[in-house]
Order: sequence, then C-alpha cells, then structure tokens
Amino acid sequence: MPKDHGIGASSKRREDVRFLTGRGRYTDDINLTGQAYAAFVRSQVAHGRLRGVDTSAAAAMPGVLHVFTGKDFESVGGLPCGWQVTDRHGKPMLEPRHPVLAHGKVRHVGDPIALVVAETAEQARDAAEAVVAEIEELPAVIDMKAAVRGGPLVHDELGSNLCYDWGFVEENREAVDQAIRNAHHVTTLELVNQRLVPNAMEPRVAVGDYNPATDETTLYTTSQNPHVIRLLMGAFVLGIPEHKLRVVAPDVGGGFGSKIFHYAEEAAVTFAARALKRPVKWTASRSESFVTDAQGRDHVTKIELALDKDGHFLAIRTETYANMGAYLSTFAPSVPTWLHGTLMAGNYKTPLIYVNVKAVFTNTVPVDAYRGAGRPEATFQLERVIDKAAREMGIDPVEIRRRNFIDSFPYQTPVAVQYDTGNYHATMDKLLEIADVAGFEKRLQESKARGMLRGLGINCYIEACGIAPSNLVGQLGARAGLYESATVRVNATGGIVVMTGSHSHGQGHETSFAQVISEMIGVPESQVEIIHGDTANTPMGMGTYGSRSIAVGGSAMVRAANKIIAKAKKIAAHLLEASDADIELKDGKFTVAGTDKSVDWGSVCLAAYVPHNYPLADLEPGLEETAFYDPSNFTFPAGAYACEVEVDPETGKVTVDRFAAADDFGNIINPMIVDGQVHGGLAQGIGQALLETTAYDENGQLLTGSYMDYAMPRADDLPFYRVDHSCKTPCTHNPLGVKGCGEAGAIGSPPAVVNAVIDALHRGGMTHVTHIDMPLSPSRVWAAMQR
Amino acid sequence: MPKVSMKVNGKAVSGEVEGRTLLAQFLREGLRLTGTHIGCDTSQCGACVVHMNGVPVKSCAVFALDAEGAEIRTIEGMANADGSLSVIQQAFQDHHALQCGFCTPGMVMSAAALLAENPRPTEAEVRKYLEGNICRCTGCHNIVKAVLAASGQDVAAIAAE
Ligand code: FES
Ligand code: FES
Repeated sequence: MPKDHGIGASSKRREDVRFLTGRGRYTDDINLTGQAYAAFVRSQVAHGRLRGVDTSAAAAMPGVLHVFTGKDFESVGGLPCGWQVTDRHGKPMLEPRHPVLAHGKVRHVGDPIALVVAETAEQARDAAEAVVAEIEELPAVIDMKAAVRGGPLVHDELGSNLCYDWGFVEENREAVDQAIRNAHHVTTLELVNQRLVPNAMEPRVAVGDYNPATDETTLYTTSQNPHVIRLLMGAFVLGIPEHKLRVVAPDVGGGFGSKIFHYAEEAAVTFAARALKRPVKWTASRSESFVTDAQGRDHVTKIELALDKDGHFLAIRTETYANMGAYLSTFAPSVPTWLHGTLMAGNYKTPLIYVNVKAVFTNTVPVDAYRGAGRPEATFQLERVIDKAAREMGIDPVEIRRRNFIDSFPYQTPVAVQYDTGNYHATMDKLLEIADVAGFEKRLQESKARGMLRGLGINCYIEACGIAPSNLVGQLGARAGLYESATVRVNATGGIVVMTGSHSHGQGHETSFAQVISEMIGVPESQVEIIHGDTANTPMGMGTYGSRSIAVGGSAMVRAANKIIAKAKKIAAHLLEASDADIELKDGKFTVAGTDKSVDWGSVCLAAYVPHNYPLADLEPGLEETAFYDPSNFTFPAGAYACEVEVDPETGKVTVDRFAAADDFGNIINPMIVDGQVHGGLAQGIGQALLETTAYDENGQLLTGSYMDYAMPRADDLPFYRVDHSCKTPCTHNPLGVKGCGEAGAIGSPPAVVNAVIDALHRGGMTHVTHIDMPLSPSRVWAAMQR
Repeated sequence: MPKVSMKVNGKAVSGEVEGRTLLAQFLREGLRLTGTHIGCDTSQCGACVVHMNGVPVKSCAVFALDAEGAEIRTIEGMANADGSLSVIQQAFQDHHALQCGFCTPGMVMSAAALLAENPRPTEAEVRKYLEGNICRCTGCHNIVKAVLAASGQDVAAIAAE
C-alpha cells in the first residue's frame, strides 16, 4: 500500500489551490501605495562607446519623476561575481567591473543605459523612448575562438577576452596525453552544446521600497535566493546594512537557475526607490527577458576518449570554450569548471582525465547556471563520445557502458569528487525494463512499414547535487558558504511553522517539507506550515538551485526538528515523571517506554508556553529551534535514460516517440512531485535536443529574441514519459538519505535524443553520420542525411 | 480617457482605459484580478488566456476597449459556486499538472474551452489544442493527463504505457 501521508506519500500539493484559483501572489501582483514605475533604456548595439546620454527630453515628459544614468551609479559598487576561478598557471581569472547602468561602454544588446521612473508604466515606457544615447558603435565579438584570437576587446582594461584558461587536473595532463598516444583506440568528437534561454514563464520583476522614517529598504523580487540577493546587493552594490534591508521573493514563476543571480534591475529600482522615496516597480517584458536574463550552456568542445581493445576506458581529454557573455554573472565562472570538470568521470572507471576550459568574454548576454549547469555539458559530451566509440568498435552501447561502470562505493574519481553510493547496473536494468527495449525490434519494423526510420538512444548520467560543503567550495573559489538553514517554531497549541532558507518556485516545498515534519513528529501534515522567501522571517539561507533543497535545506530542517524533539522529550519526561531517555515519540504521542503512561504532543507544546508545571530550573520555556546544515559531501543522483525516435527520411523531422528514465535519487519524500520534476527536466532536455537555440548575428543582434524565433517545447512536441525511481541507494551522509532530483531530466536527456537520431540514421543505412549538433531541427537532420 | 464596461465572472465592471490598454492589463491592474498572467509580448505563451463570450482568447491580444459589453471569465471565476475546485481545477491538483503555477491559469482556461468544445478528446487532440500554451515546468505530461482525466477518461495506465 502506498503511504497516504509523511515521507514517501504522494501528498497533493497545498500550493495548488491558490495557483488554480488565481490567488497566487507573484511579484508582479504586488502594487504598493504611491508606487512609481520604471522602464530601462537599453543598448540596441552589441558593442559601443557610450559618449553621452541626453535625458532632457525624457525628463520633461508627462509623469516622469526622474531619469537615472550610469553617472548616478558611479558612487555605488558593481554587480559582484560570487566565484573566483584560478587558471592553469595559478593566476586569478580576469574579472571585469559590471556597472549597474552602463558607463563608458555598452557591451551587449540589452545592456541597460538609463532608468526612467514615472507615475505610470506607460509614461515610463514612452519617456524611455525619448532618451537619446550617443553611442559610437564598435566592432562586436561574438565567436569565442575569434574573441581569444585577438578580436575586439569586450573590456579594454582587461587586455584580453580570455577570462581564464583552466586545467583540471593539471597534474594529470601529461599522463593523459601519453595514455591517449598509446591507446588501442581513440574516439574523437567535436560538438557544440548550444546556448539556451532559460525562459521561466514568469518574467523577472523587481519592486523597490524605502521608508525614510525608519530608514528601511525592501526589495520584492523574482528570486530563487532572497538572502543571497540581500547580501550581494546590500553589502557589495548599494551599501545598505542587512538589518535595514529586507528582500522578499514571494511566489516565483519558475527559475531554472536564471533567478539565482543578482541583476542590475534589482539594484537599480532599489536605488531609485531610495532616491525618490517612492516605491518603484519594474516588470520585464518577455523581449527584455531574452536580452537580460542570464542564458545557459554555450560550450564548444572537443573530447577524446581512449580505449583498450576490449572497450575499457583508459583516458579522457577535453578542450572546451565556454562563453561568459559580456560580464561575469553571479556564479558564471563556476559552471564550466567545478560544476563541469568534476563530473567528467560520469558513471565510469576512467583512470585518467584532463579537462581544459577556456572561458571567453563576448558581446552577448551573460551566461550562467541553467538547469543542470555544467553537468549537462559534461554528460552530453561524455555520453555522445561513448556512443560513437561503441559504434566504431562494434560493441553494443549498453554493453560498453556496463563494462566500464563504477561498481564499488565509495569511489574516488580522478576529478576530485568522491561518489558515496550508487548502483548503475540496477538503474540500467530497470531502464531496459521500463523502456521495453525488448520490444524495440517490433516497433522498428512497424516504423519501417510506414516508411519511417526508428532509432534507440541509451545513456547514463551522474550529477553532483546538494551543493555544497562550504570549506571545499571555499578552496575552489566560492565567495559564499553553501549551507542551508531552518527554524522550526512550535506554537502553544501544537501547530508547527518551519521557516526555511530554501526557496520554492515550483518545487512544492510547502508540501514535501511538511511531509518530513509530519513523519518525524507524527502530527498531520495540515498542522505544519512552511514559510520561505522573506529575509525578515527566515534564517540566513542560500536558497534553491543545484537540486539542493531537500538534501541541504531538508537536512537543516531535520536537525532543527531533532532539537525540538529532544527538548519536547524533556518536557514530556517532566510531565510523566520519568527520565527523558525513556521517552518515545510516536504518532504525536510521548510514551514512557514499556508503560502505558503517555502525554500527547499538544499538551507538551502547551506546557512549553504555559510553564506552570515545567522544569524551569533546567529548561527554557518555549519550543523553537534553529539549525544550520553544511553538507560533508555532494550527493550523486544517477540514472539511465532511453529515447526512441522516429525520423522522417523525406523531411528530417524527428519525433520523440518514447522516453524512459530510470533514476536513483536515494530516498524519496513525495513520489508525485519527483515524477513531475523529472518530467519537466526531460522536456527541457528534449527542447534543447530538438528545438531550442539562441542565435546571434555577427553584429551581436539576438535573432531568437521572442517565442516566434525561440522554439519552446509545447505539449504537441512531447510524449508521455515513463519514469521510475525505485532503484534507491540512499545518500550516506545526510539524515534523510536523499540526493535531489530537480536537474536530472535536463542532464540525462539531450544525449539520449541525439544518440537515438544517430542510431535511426545508421539503421537507415546512413552510416556516414556520426554527429549532428543540437538542436536536431529537420533542416539539420535532412542536411546530415544527404551524403 | 475612454470608459469601458463589461461583465467579468458574472459581475458588471467598468473602468477608464487608454486606447492601447490590453484586456490583460485591465483585468490585472484595473480590476486587480491578478490570476490572469502575462508571460510574453508576442501573444505566444497563453498565460493570459481568458474566455470572452465563451471563447478562449489571449487577453494580451485584445484591447480592453474591444471587450466593451463582453462577458469575460477568468481563472478567478472557475471554481464551483461553493468555492470548491471545479472538475478541471481538481484534476490539475490530483495529477500534479502545475509546478510554479504561472502558466496554470491559461492552461486551465484553455483546457476548459477544449472540453466545452470536445468533451472526450484524444491525447493527440489535447496536445494539439494546448499548443498555444507554454509550460516550462511540467513537461506537459501531467497537464495532458489531467485534461484527459477531467474529461472522465481513465488515465491510470498512462504512466506505465
Ligand atoms: S501573455 Fe498573452 S500569450 Fe503570452
Ligand atoms: S507550472 Fe510553471 S510554467 Fe507551467
């Protein structure tokens, strides 16, 4: 029987009722009394010298309160970068200044030049059109290799467009070169992991508010991590002490990474609100989102895999160009390095690995973490090159993977990380079952009979989640800790409120976190409320990204709840005149072990707040505890994915007919929510594989700046998915044994789709096709099919 | 400024709007019915879908003035009279057809229009009909499942098959 509450139950989401009835509270739903509206003037060119900004006409327009330019922001800090990477030679990365409003130069289409604040949104937009920016256009640099070969400098003062040249593990470099020189077989693949636009459906919004009487500043913003924004904006940009600055991220309509970062607009509206002593609101149009939200991926890679005669992996060498865009977004430098290089072992025993990454500035929108962040890039190249090697050596693609699987744990990879647990054969077995690989041959014949090509692509993935051990990431260049926090407040009548530093923007924490507390204490889920998203009433936490919420935030909550339980047992022991060591808590009742003496949860809570009969000499009244949790290792979700496609030989159109995912996420809190997370990730991965691309012309104009040109996956592009997470090797180092599930689908699915298309073409006799770069649009597939 | 009057969720409402004010803006800012969302500026995401005289429209593609005298239904008017979730809303919750909730009002309004037109759609018909609504969170699996379930079809086998 499936459970109907607590850990492991598919509890229905309590969030849904407000969202289904139009009663969510997203940032754009907030209108403050006296609110003014902001509109940004943005660069229309990708690169240029900003000679001057004439705001006089705009300032005279109806309703305009003020026009701010880069000059107004000279006295404040630039937008900070939260991660410093050290290059192969021990030198720190090149780190440009990132002004809130452009100053001196504009560096990408969309770079903000001026901020108009007016009484209404329409007046602000009208006046923004009257601002005249005098820009001397400069040649733009878009192509990464051209940028490092001596193209125009994005940041003159840095003297180079090469942000860093990173080698990992540098000491292995020669041994890897030698292994590749001497190997029985080497498979080489050059590929592009194309740039994507995250496209959370809610565009970004920021509302700044200032109360001159109390000197308190509030920012409402679409963020995945309000505390991080408070720290970055308060301490580094605007110089507002944290106790005078509150950041609220209410209901947030999706993030996928793009709402982690501290953006210029947040600082600008807050600055304007303080200057004008009026609330100031900015709502992005989708067109603005396309040129301002940090984008994802954009790697150009060459990977070489050396094998012995039996198909055992001997060494991997990669060289990647990673696009940073025009500035360093908050966590950009970490993505192609520590979130990418450390995953290059995949699920396999490869003794020698060397990863080289050249991060490059170009006149494009900044690039940062997008669902998976570095791990999809690692997985894609590895699983593609393995498929190609299997084909070249005549080994079955499942068999070659099995031959190389890591099969004993813990496993120390040659790329720093240590996998605590896993069972890759079991997830592969499960995958073959749920994908009905045995039935493929029959489906192939059916496709053939209809004149269609059919292919099967199978691959594995691993990811490092639960980020992260703070002392480790500190050594790697992080400028922040990556712990999480929770306060558990028990009310006098037994209701429980958890204030978490994690943030939910679709993940359903309000439901799943309550399930954990319900399980631990034995009270109904409805008696537990989860609060998140407001720095004023949650402990300092690092927020939600990297599939970390349950593994790190959940662990903090468990710790706090354990403190509550320990104290409650002492109170119960007092009430029952027993020793607290003898008290058991089950189903919301405290019992003296081996007796029928008991007291219920509510009576203990009441005693804590009405301490008439209470051990006041030994115990403080009240029942509220806070805990911080800093993980001792990453978690390592892993799995195996299978995609079956049909390819129309006439047009090159690819249809995903079947998709199966077998994941090991360790223990599961809410299977329904986990399924949903996987579904969403799969759609983003299938979208990347078949539809999505971000194209700039050579002048840096974004050609895919709306949903007319940027192809988002829609219901009729997608199949029903078969997902399974019954293979469970619980994480060994966090209290819930959980690993995280938010990114897996987006990491594991792109290579499965591409492997399937290549397989279909080979089965159709087109064996000359070894790779097609994503997205596998009909035109690209058709072109590849032609000899 | 010109004045516009219409019926929204059964209630007569009116307000002053500019010629360029969109129905979506009038609903959100003028009437503070913020359940209708705006996810794009090219009429392609479907977050803003409402019913106008019984027909689904993208309210970002209709001027408020063009809705003069119209009967508008928004997500706020979709629950049963007693406040409980309607069949479609309930199916969305039962089948986890929403995550961040931002596309949800538009999805529910589109799904309701589909079922009014075609009470027992096939999977392919559901997918085709929802082509004008983008969801970035759910991968659409559970949305399609919820719509089929709301039409009274058995969806128990979907995850397996
Ligand atoms: S807001 Fe109307 S279709 Fe996107
Ligand atoms: S639930 Fe988030 S966009 Fe659909």
